[in-house]
Amino acid sequence: METLVLQALSGLASASSLFLVASGLTVIFGVSRIVNFAHGSFYMLGAYLAWSLVTALPRGHLGFWGGILAAALGVGLIGIAIETLLLRRIYRAPELFQLLATFGVVLIVQDLALLLWGAQDLLGPRAPGLRGGTMILGLRFPDYELFLIAVGPVVLLLLHLLFHRTRWGMLVRAATQDREMVGALGVNQRMLFTSVFFLGACLAGLGGALQLPRESVNLGMDLAIIVEAFVVVVVGGLGSLMGAALAALLIGELHALGILVLPKITLVLVFLVMAVVLVMRPHGLLGRAQAPAAAGAAAEPAIGATPRPLVWLGLAALLAALALPPFAGDYALSVLTEIAILILFAASLHLIMGPGGMASFGHAAYFGLGAYSAALAAKWLLAPMAIGLALAPVAAGLGGLLFGWFCVRLSGVYAAMLTLAFAQIAWSVAFQWSEVTGGDNGILGVWPDAWAAPRLVYYYLTLGLCLAATLLLRRVIRAPFGYALRAQRDSALRAETIGIDAFAIRWRAFALAAVMAGLAGGLFAYAKGSVFPTYLGIPRSVDALLMVLLGGVQTLSGPILGAIAYTGLQEQLMRLTDLWRLMLGTTILLLVLFFPQGLAGAARARWEGRHGGA
Amino acid sequence: MAVLEAEGLRKRFGGVEAVRGVSFAVEAGEMLALIGPNGAGKSTCFNMLNGQLRPDAGRVRLRGQDITGLAPRKVWRLGVGRTFQVTATFGSMTVLENVQMALLSHQGRLGRLWRPVSAMDRAPAEALLARLGIAAQAERPCGILAYGDLKRVELAIALANDPALLLMDEPTAGMAPQERVALMALTARIARERRIAVLFTEHDMDVVFAHADRILVLDRGAPIAEGAPAAVRADARVREVYLGSGATQGGH
Repeated sequence: METLVLQALSGLASASSLFLVASGLTVIFGVSRIVNFAHGSFYMLGAYLAWSLVTALPRGHLGFWGGILAAALGVGLIGIAIETLLLRRIYRAPELFQLLATFGVVLIVQDLALLLWGAQDLLGPRAPGLRGGTMILGLRFPDYELFLIAVGPVVLLLLHLLFHRTRWGMLVRAATQDREMVGALGVNQRMLFTSVFFLGACLAGLGGALQLPRESVNLGMDLAIIVEAFVVVVVGGLGSLMGAALAALLIGELHALGILVLPKITLVLVFLVMAVVLVMRPHGLLGRAQAPAAAGAAAEPAIGATPRPLVWLGLAALLAALALPPFAGDYALSVLTEIAILILFAASLHLIMGPGGMASFGHAAYFGLGAYSAALAAKWLLAPMAIGLALAPVAAGLGGLLFGWFCVRLSGVYAAMLTLAFAQIAWSVAFQWSEVTGGDNGILGVWPDAWAAPRLVYYYLTLGLCLAATLLLRRVIRAPFGYALRAQRDSALRAETIGIDAFAIRWRAFALAAVMAGLAGGLFAYAKGSVFPTYLGIPRSVDALLMVLLGGVQTLSGPILGAIAYTGLQEQLMRLTDLWRLMLGTTILLLVLFFPQGLAGAARARWEGRHGGA
Repeated sequence: MAVLEAEGLRKRFGGVEAVRGVSFAVEAGEMLALIGPNGAGKSTCFNMLNGQLRPDAGRVRLRGQDITGLAPRKVWRLGVGRTFQVTATFGSMTVLENVQMALLSHQGRLGRLWRPVSAMDRAPAEALLARLGIAAQAERPCGILAYGDLKRVELAIALANDPALLLMDEPTAGMAPQERVALMALTARIARERRIAVLFTEHDMDVVFAHADRILVLDRGAPIAEGAPAAVRADARVREVYLGSGATQGGH
């Protein structure tokens, strides 16, 4: 009983920290409609800045608390810089592009933090005056945790007063409800957006700074917190402050108490709760349906016949891919194999993102399902490669049917978050069910059959399968099914009126994409000889997203080009410099700012500009 | 038997009773106009007919079959074509492809995965566009089309279903006056030829009185007159509603 109470208390302390980050995220989204991936970076920067300030300033109350507050304000200023230099230019861009841009910021901040503070974990001093503990039910509970428990409600109260008692707060609430209308009323939106971003960044920075006495400061803080914060914001309802508070409480306690009850599946539990909430209430606990962003929602471009030069270019590339590898070394062969696999992976995501108009943050789930089912078949059934490769798409497809049934009902950010939740559930299972999946150590020894063991043979096998699958996807997009998919994206109303069952079409497309991602995953498992939980992780899902967006969502060649460019870029950068994240992040930002249609889109625009076109 | 029968339709939004007991029937080849001032309940009526709204009370029957509350896509399958007040087309597809989609859906071939759309049902789609006078626009994406042309595309999509009933909500809104009369004349010709029952709402009284066989007038959710154009034109209550007596809500 006592442990339960103390555990619940420490859950409250976590909930407080979580709320600080999530409240900033939700307020920013409410006004600017930007899903800010970099919010976790603000949190991490808050912690690092606080560490520097607190250790540099004289010891004592002023040095510590002054350092914490100064760190929060410093992060707020960084937020202003990012808003004015980057986000302001892309408010009208599609949601996913904004996400991509903020992910670029994440990469850049990671490397800058590495440069400035080094790779080792940093330990901060404990808070003056709060070093001791208080006896609760005969057990000692740290005073600092009690302090944190109080911080959450105090900040919530202050924010509530700010939003309900000041003119500025009223404008923020008005903009959250109807941005267009607030603009039409002559409110200075620039100032409003910038100040909201400042506030949100400050809150995240404060959340990070306050972790200083609790845990070490490290480079993994940003991604760890952002996923949790996304969950909180989505469960609470995007843009809802009270919702975020409620959800932070729920998730914080779930974590704390889940460990006592079901230590094996704590990770699954959080995402399971999110999935249940989203299925029952598609806009979160206290969220409301977003008014569609009317302005700037131009029609997607038509898909025409493949231009002649592109056909020749494709054939030339294919010829090179067939003729050159015999002369390539082992390393080049494994890179080429990987590129072929990632092309299929990207093309499968493109089917649901481009023609389907659905966002997926968790496409790695199906890649990983394919990889794991091939590996599990090899390990437990000693199945030959052919069986493993046949099993991979089937298992992933079944996973897609199951998860898709929930995901395709939602739209926009909520759908993206639900796909993320399912991917995290799959990841947690691979990570925590170590008896079967080997946990963090993965499954080793997944090698191709003897005939396909030479790298060159396996490369040709992979190229053949991936090419066939990718071309099949292209074919499907040009067939009535692909058109029906685009139809429900273009106009749900018209699609329904001419007899198209949007749910059925989206569901089948989701499953088909999962099948293809599963095949890619299976091939990847045999190419690497092993599988790890990272195959299902968020970074791999983000990789897929980046490839598709880099290439261009609304072109058929986009994913192919994107996969080649992304893999090539990453490979080259990793070889050239330790700061590849910085370079990659900068490249992403430049792309978003100057090639918003992606590489293939930009190429097509140039082509049509010169030759005329629709 | 009438193609469409509506019987005692009612719909309430919160405290407002938008439609209060509306009944009517449309025969094959007949054009029935639904008119009334803004807020009379025309669009609400319309949306209850093809399943976009479920009526609180009343029945809708299509060729004798009860279709009340059936999903719009199922209503389409039973042979109903519909156009919208604010056009809804597939912006990323060409005019021709929009019509092809409707034809393919009519034949239940939308699940096909292999043959490209560009090779399916081209000729009938082109014929339909030619009939509606927009053959020249066939290869242009709907996303960049002029509004008047979009209205014609919508009609082409609806006709591609080989409908028994055509529902047209403000088919000429946003068009130039001459275009309006021409489009409705064409619609009337096609309706008579193919024995299609047409129900339409319209703000332009010239169009209504020139092409409707019968007119149903709604005011504040309730029918106030029904009959041939001449009779409706002479009806005192209709005049009062449209010209305003000061006590009723304004016309437009």
